[in-house]
Amino acid sequence: MQVKHVTNWENRKEFRTRNLWAGILFGLGFVAFMDETVFHQLLHWHKFYDQSTVAVGLVSDGLFHAFSWFATVGGLYLAADLNRRDALWHKMFWGGKLIGGGAFQLYDGTIQHKVLQIHQIRYDVDIIPYDLVWNGTAVIMIVAGLLLVRSAGRDARDAGQVQPHVT
Amino acid sequence: MSHDSFFVVTDWLFGIPALLGIVLYLFGVYRSDRQERLRRWPRIRIVWWITGVLLSAGALVGPLAALSHENFTWHMAGHLLLGMLGPLLLALGAPVTLLLRALSVRRARQISRLLRSRLAGFYIHPITASVLNIGGLWLLYTTGLFAAMHHHLWLYVLIHIHVFAAGYLFTVSMLAIDPVSRRFSYAYRTVVFILVLAGHGILSKFLYAYPPVGVSIEEARAGAMLMYYGGDAVDLVIIVLLFRGWYLSAAPVRHQILT
Repeated sequence: MQVKHVTNWENRKEFRTRNLWAGILFGLGFVAFMDETVFHQLLHWHKFYDQSTVAVGLVSDGLFHAFSWFATVGGLYLAADLNRRDALWHKMFWGGKLIGGGAFQLYDGTIQHKVLQIHQIRYDVDIIPYDLVWNGTAVIMIVAGLLLVRSAGRDARDAGQVQPHVT
Repeated sequence: MSHDSFFVVTDWLFGIPALLGIVLYLFGVYRSDRQERLRRWPRIRIVWWITGVLLSAGALVGPLAALSHENFTWHMAGHLLLGMLGPLLLALGAPVTLLLRALSVRRARQISRLLRSRLAGFYIHPITASVLNIGGLWLLYTTGLFAAMHHHLWLYVLIHIHVFAAGYLFTVSMLAIDPVSRRFSYAYRTVVFILVLAGHGILSKFLYAYPPVGVSIEEARAGAMLMYYGGDAVDLVIIVLLFRGWYLSAAPVRHQILT
């Protein structure tokens, strides 16, 4: 006898927002973590502290840095919770990840780097191309995430019209 | 007071309570295990407790204490042990639970009444514990307190007791491993914790730029980065334990194991 795996659309729809938020939180935390590991520790492009940092920049950086740890761990525990409820919806989760990650990168690249002057992407280079790639990637991530979420919503609607039956 | 006699006093003052802490805990485990109606005291908790005592005391007794007098980076390493890692390990040892088990029922009731008192509730409140913890650090490093601490023995002793006690209170207010009078929601604890971690990180970067009085810029920078990343590492463990608690408590009914 062939056992066919039936996706549990009822559970997915019930936990639709939790899937999205798990993704947004984890994406945000993950991008912040990559920023710290790759740009601060491995490449040493970013600086721990930049003399031009304004006070509000220090506060913004501190809050986002703290929040990103909670977002990473919390997002993963939310995904684990969805998984044990048979409600983990990868397309929605990925959509959230891209939106959250892109949003953080865009905030970091515009407000934190430029307005608050916490630090620049890299020093002693022409910074324009770096800023364009940084923020361009962020926008692409957000758009891709939104498209995935829309597509996931369409999947859920289509699945609602066909009654799945198990043989 | 000469430096040598300074350290003789602090070695005894902090060393004896640390030894007592280990001996009394082991005695408590012995008493608890003799009661047949109780589950055997988990051995891993003994490991947490003893490691916690040794690391906390390591910041106050012996070579690290002497080094941290001279050098800000070592001072910060000591504070990470005394105010963060040590308290976390001690909290994992669940000393209050052990105390309640080891005492007679009458005494245990008295203790638990004390823990439910308003005063205890005030200190164990996440916001009180956080203000004592982070507020204390801001006061220590941004005023003349840090320089004064190294010249007055009583101030040194008080500040180090405060750092340890505030670190322990904060850890138990977040994790609630031992019984507490009031358990705050996960959302509440998370919000307070984010502000605390942010306050810790902001202070680290502030010290990187503006060293405490009498500290050279090189030592301050190394110390500030140690504070920033070391604090992150310990707090990450607490974050995982906090959310693990949520994960276990939010289990759907059908997954609960009945014992």
